[in-house]
Amino acid sequence: MFSVFRDLIRYNIEFAIGLILVGAVVIFACLSYFAPVDPTLIYVAMPDQPPSGQYWFGTNSRGQDLFWQLSAAFRNSLIFGITVAVLSRIISITVGLLSGYVGGWVDRVLMFINDIFVAVPIFPILVLFYFVLRNNMDSFTLALIMACFGWPFDARLIRSVALGLKHREFTRHAVFAGMSTPKILLEEHLPYVMPIVFSTFMANMLWSIGLEVTLAVLGFTNLNNPTIGTVLYWAISHSAIVVGVWWWIVIPVVLIVMTFLGLFLLAVSMNEYIDPRSRLRRMGA
Amino acid sequence: MTQDILTVDGLKAYYQMNYFGVEREVRAVDGITMTVRKNEIYGIAGESSSGKTSFIKVLAAAIRPPMRVVDGSAKFNFKNGPIDVTTATPQQIESIRWRHLSYIMQGSMSTLNPVRRIGKTFEDFAKRPLAASGTPYRERVLGHLERLKLPADVLNAYPHELSGGMRQRVTIGLATVCHPEFVIADEPTTALDVVVQKEVLGLIREIQQDMGSSVVFVTHDMSVHANMTDRVGIIYAGRLVEEGPTRQMFFAPKHPYTAHLVASLPRIGDTTQRPALEGRPPSLANPPAGCRFHPRCPLAIDKCKTEVPPLIPVANDHRSACWRWQDVGPLVKPHQANRVMA
Amino acid sequence: MSTLLEVKEVSKQFTMGGMLSRKIVRAVEGASLSLSVEKPEIFTIIGESGSGKTTLARMILGLELPSSGEISFRGKTVSHKVGRAERLEFMANVQPVFQNPFEAFNPLKRIDRYLESTATRFLKLRQRDDIDAAMDGALQKVGLSLAEVRGRYPHEMSGGQLQRAAIARALIPNPPLLVADEPVSMVDASLRMSIVNLLKSLRDDLKVSVIYITHDLATAYYISNRLIIMQRGRIVEMGDARTVLDNPEHPYSRLLKASVLSTEDAGDGKLATDPGMVALAGELVSKPGRLVDRPDGRLVRVYG
Repeated sequence: MFSVFRDLIRYNIEFAIGLILVGAVVIFACLSYFAPVDPTLIYVAMPDQPPSGQYWFGTNSRGQDLFWQLSAAFRNSLIFGITVAVLSRIISITVGLLSGYVGGWVDRVLMFINDIFVAVPIFPILVLFYFVLRNNMDSFTLALIMACFGWPFDARLIRSVALGLKHREFTRHAVFAGMSTPKILLEEHLPYVMPIVFSTFMANMLWSIGLEVTLAVLGFTNLNNPTIGTVLYWAISHSAIVVGVWWWIVIPVVLIVMTFLGLFLLAVSMNEYIDPRSRLRRMGA
Repeated sequence: MTQDILTVDGLKAYYQMNYFGVEREVRAVDGITMTVRKNEIYGIAGESSSGKTSFIKVLAAAIRPPMRVVDGSAKFNFKNGPIDVTTATPQQIESIRWRHLSYIMQGSMSTLNPVRRIGKTFEDFAKRPLAASGTPYRERVLGHLERLKLPADVLNAYPHELSGGMRQRVTIGLATVCHPEFVIADEPTTALDVVVQKEVLGLIREIQQDMGSSVVFVTHDMSVHANMTDRVGIIYAGRLVEEGPTRQMFFAPKHPYTAHLVASLPRIGDTTQRPALEGRPPSLANPPAGCRFHPRCPLAIDKCKTEVPPLIPVANDHRSACWRWQDVGPLVKPHQANRVMA
Repeated sequence: MSTLLEVKEVSKQFTMGGMLSRKIVRAVEGASLSLSVEKPEIFTIIGESGSGKTTLARMILGLELPSSGEISFRGKTVSHKVGRAERLEFMANVQPVFQNPFEAFNPLKRIDRYLESTATRFLKLRQRDDIDAAMDGALQKVGLSLAEVRGRYPHEMSGGQLQRAAIARALIPNPPLLVADEPVSMVDASLRMSIVNLLKSLRDDLKVSVIYITHDLATAYYISNRLIIMQRGRIVEMGDARTVLDNPEHPYSRLLKASVLSTEDAGDGKLATDPGMVALAGELVSKPGRLVDRPDGRLVRVYG
C-alpha cells in the first residue's frame, strides 16, 4: 500500500499536486482538535482585525479568530462530505451491482425507484426537511438525507458496467464454482466498478459540500454550527466586503478552491491508477 | 534481385513500456530476415504473442509507440520506386497506401463504417488513389465487384445488411480495388464459418493471381496455409525459425516446431493418437537463451541452450534455424513421400 | 441402462427486436438426444454460427429454459429456477468448460480461488489440508500441480495451461458430465492437441462423459463417439462419429466435410467449392423434413 503511494507521487504529477492541496486542507482542518477557543462562541477576540502575526487569518465582525473558526468549519464540512459520499456510494454500489447482475424484476423495481429519485427535485425537499426538523436538523441528519439523493445517477453508471460483466465468461465460471451472488458481486465485480466509485466519490463530496454551502448561505441550516457554508452566511450578513473585511470572504474561498481542485486531481489520477486495464498492464499482462 | 518485392533485413521491433515505474521491454520482432517475391502468397504462421502481429504492423507501416524499430529495415520495391517503411515519412507512406500497399483485416466490421453505405466507403478508399471520377471510376468499381461475385447493389447497402461472408468479400474488394502490388492479409477468415472460409480463401487466391500482386497471409491455422500459400514462414518467439515452399514445409519440415505443428493436425479418417507439445510459448519479455524453442523441443541438446541457431539453407529454397535440422524426424507417410520427390 | 442426460424434443425461440419489428428466431428446433450412465462417451455437437449449438449447450447447463420439450438429468428437470441447494447439486454433476481460457478467470484475481471455492462448496471441505488435496488431485488429472497454480494470476499462464486449470476446476466435484463449448478454438495451435487429448483421457480413464461443441470436423472425428450435425437449429444428421464423417449423407453434412481444408494437397492451392452443393444445402434450410433411421445406425433428415 505504501509503495503504491510512493509510486503515485513519483510518477504522477496530478496526484502529487492533489495530495499536497488536500493534505494541506486536511491538516488545517485537523488543527481544530487542538483549538484554544470554542468556535461556537462569539466576541472572544477583537472584531475586524486584518491578518497579522497574532491573528493569522484575521478576525471577523463577530469577534472570532478566523483561523480557528475556518479550521473547525473545514473539519465539519469535510466530515459532512465524506459521510454523504460513503453512504451514497454504499447505496449506489448495492443497487447498481444487484440490478445489473440479477436483472429481471429486481432490476425493474430498483431502476423504477432509481428513476423516482432522479426525478424528485432535491433542493425544495431539503428546505422542507429544514422547516419540519428545525433545531433537530444536525449535520448528520442532513448528510443522511443528502446521501439518499446522491446515489441514483451513479447507480445507473455502475449498473451499466455490471451488465457487461454479467456476460463475461468468468462470471459464469464463478457461478459454476459455487460462489454465492454476494461473493460474485463483491469479489468478482466490485474491482471493475472501483474506478467509477472513486471518481464519483470525489464528485459526490464536491456536490454535497457545495449544496451545504448553498443551504447555509440561504440560512436553511443550523447556523451555530461552523461549516464552510455558515462562515460565508455570517460574512454576507455582516456585509463583509462592503465594510472592507475582505479576508472574511477571500480566505475561505481560496481554501474552498484548494479543496475542490485537490479532490478533483486526486480523483483523476487515482482513476487512472485503479483502472483494471492499467492495473493489468502493471502486473505485466 | 528484381524478383523480390519486399526485403526484410535483420528487423528488430521492440515495445518499450513504463507504467508507474514498472519498466518492460518486449522484443516482439527479434532479428527477422526474409523476402517476399513478386506474384506469390507468403504465409506467416505463429501463435498468439509470437510477434507475428508486430511483424506485420511494421510491414504495414503502422509503427507507433510503444513499438519502435530498433534495428534493421523492411524495403518494398514498388513500381514507383523503393521505399523503406521503417524510415519513410508519413507523406511517403500516404503515397503508397492502397495503391501499392494494402491490407485485409480480421474484423470486417472495424473496416466498414456502420453508418455509411458501402458505395460511400468505396469512394473514401478508392477515389483518390485511382485518380478517377464519374463514369470511369464507376466502371472500375463495378467491374471489380463483378470479379468478386458481388452484386452491384451492395454499393447501396449498409454493412449490417450483409452476411459475414459478404462483408469480408467487400473488405477484400476495398483492399484490392486499386490493384495494389502488395496485400497484407491478417487472419482474414478466422471469424468465418468453414464453408464461407473456403469460398473467401479461394477468392483471395483468385484475385491475387488475376492482379499478379504479392500477398502476405497471416494465420495460426496450418490447414489454411496448406491450401492457400506458395511459401510459409514460421515465427516462434519473435524469430523466423523455418521458411520454405508450402509442400516441403508440410511433408519434409526441417524444424521440430514446424514438424510438431504439422503432426498434431487432426485429419478426418485418421484416429491415431496426435502428439501434444508440452510447456508454454515463451514470454517475449524474458525469452530463453539460445534457441528459444529448446525448453519444449524433443531434440534439444546442450548446444541449443546457449547458442542461437542461424537460419541457414537446408534444401532448395528452404531455410531452417535448428542445430539438429538433419535429425528432424521423417513424419512423412510413404505415399506422400513419393509425391514430394515427384 | 439408465440415462444420465435426456434431451427430449427441445425447442428454443427467441423474440428479437422491439415492439414494431418483432421477429421470432428459432434457435433450436425439436432436438433429442440422450447419454447413458454406464457408457461414458464424447458426444459432439457440430454446427456453424447460428446453428443453435451454443443455445443447446446453455439449455443443458440450465442457463436457459427450453420453449418446449424437456431436458432432464438423472430424471430431474434441468432449470435454473430451482432452490439454491438443488441448483448446487446439479452443478456438482454437470460442469462447464468455456471457450476462451483467458476470459474463464477474472484477470484481476488469482486462479486458485475458483478451485478453492469449488472444493469448499461442492465437496463441503473445511480443513485447509483437505481443500489443498482436492485441488492438487484435480490439477494432477490434467497434468498440472497445485504448486504451479497457487498464487498465480491468469496472465502468468498460457492459454493451454489456463484451459487445463479450468478443466481441473470443473473436475473437482467429480462430475459425470462436462459440457465443453468450443474449448480449443481460442487455444494456440501447439497447445490445442494437449487439451483435446485431455478430454479423451477424461473419458477413457476417469469415465467422464463430455458434450463437445465445435465447428471443427477434424477434432470431432478424432475424439468423439457419437455426434450430431446441426443446421440452423435443426439436427440434420446424427450417429456414430466415424460412420457419419467417413461418409456423410445429408447434403449439409457433405458440404461441411467438403469445406474442411485438408493438408493432403498442401501447396496445390485447391480451394474450389462446388456451388451446387452450397445451393442444395441452402435450399434445405427452409424445409422441415423429418429424421429417419438408417441401417448403419445413423439418423438423417429427409425431405418430401
